[in-house]
Amino acid sequence: MSTQNTFKSALATLAAGALFGFGLSYATMVRPEVVLSFLRFEDWGLMLVMGGAVLVTLLAYKVLPRFINRPLLGGYFHTHPSNWNRDTAVGAALFGVGWGLCGVCPGPAIAGLGTGNWDLLWALGGIALGALVQGLRARG
Amino acid sequence: MNLLTTLFPLGWQHYLLGGLLIGLGTALLFLFTGRIGGMSTVFSSSWSYLVRRPFFQQPRFVDSRGWRLVYAAGLIVGALVWWLGFAGGAAQGTQVPAWQLAVGGFFVGYGARLGNGCTSGHGICGLGSLQLPSLGAVLTFMATAFLTANLAARWLA
Repeated sequence: MSTQNTFKSALATLAAGALFGFGLSYATMVRPEVVLSFLRFEDWGLMLVMGGAVLVTLLAYKVLPRFINRPLLGGYFHTHPSNWNRDTAVGAALFGVGWGLCGVCPGPAIAGLGTGNWDLLWALGGIALGALVQGLRARG
Repeated sequence: MNLLTTLFPLGWQHYLLGGLLIGLGTALLFLFTGRIGGMSTVFSSSWSYLVRRPFFQQPRFVDSRGWRLVYAAGLIVGALVWWLGFAGGAAQGTQVPAWQLAVGGFFVGYGARLGNGCTSGHGICGLGSLQLPSLGAVLTFMATAFLTANLAARWLA
């Protein structure tokens, strides 16, 4: 990638992240109480957030590669290959336990800092530590 | 209307609109760069700056750590725009105790990285690319999260 395209690509990535972060905050997903109220069946809003996000993402992932051969700034269209194995199952189960305990997942833990919610630093630190320990325990 | 207020006591429009905007963010990232924008990988890829172990020095972390940090910075910028522009910059906090945030966060980080995805990686991007294993992951973490949140409400409150 040329220097100019690297800059454009960073700008597009920043803008995409900003839309993501704005959406998370607007949907109040940066508030652990709202996430926990969903997990306690008191408010089903999270389903609308996820449904809306999946719908747009699905359209983009399926439709864009049919109309253009490559991304606007070059490179190629990546895919998200996921496998179902023991790690995926155990990892997802542990993730759920943690999420149910604190009501914070990785996106809101980062975005929450932009809303001046410093309490979320506890969650952010926990997530970073968890990712470190996972990597230290992993083989290879 | 009764069903709506029962399911969504705080209203539903902001949830749907917020979700569509999140999707627009991942769509924009894909359109311009072709990248898949899950959020939990940044927590592994950023450690590659500090930790020399082969696990963290894998190309999939080292090659993506730059843009993942930019993406994460964007997340903060977007949230800041909302906070200052729409929430009046009022101080935000949470009633969830610090230990619960930290311990819960640890499992979130460990689990998301072991399972290779979180609510955005498996939930939004995985389901958005119709990955069956991601659906399995989502159903699994929803189940354990429902269980934990309800038990915690009963025992810890």
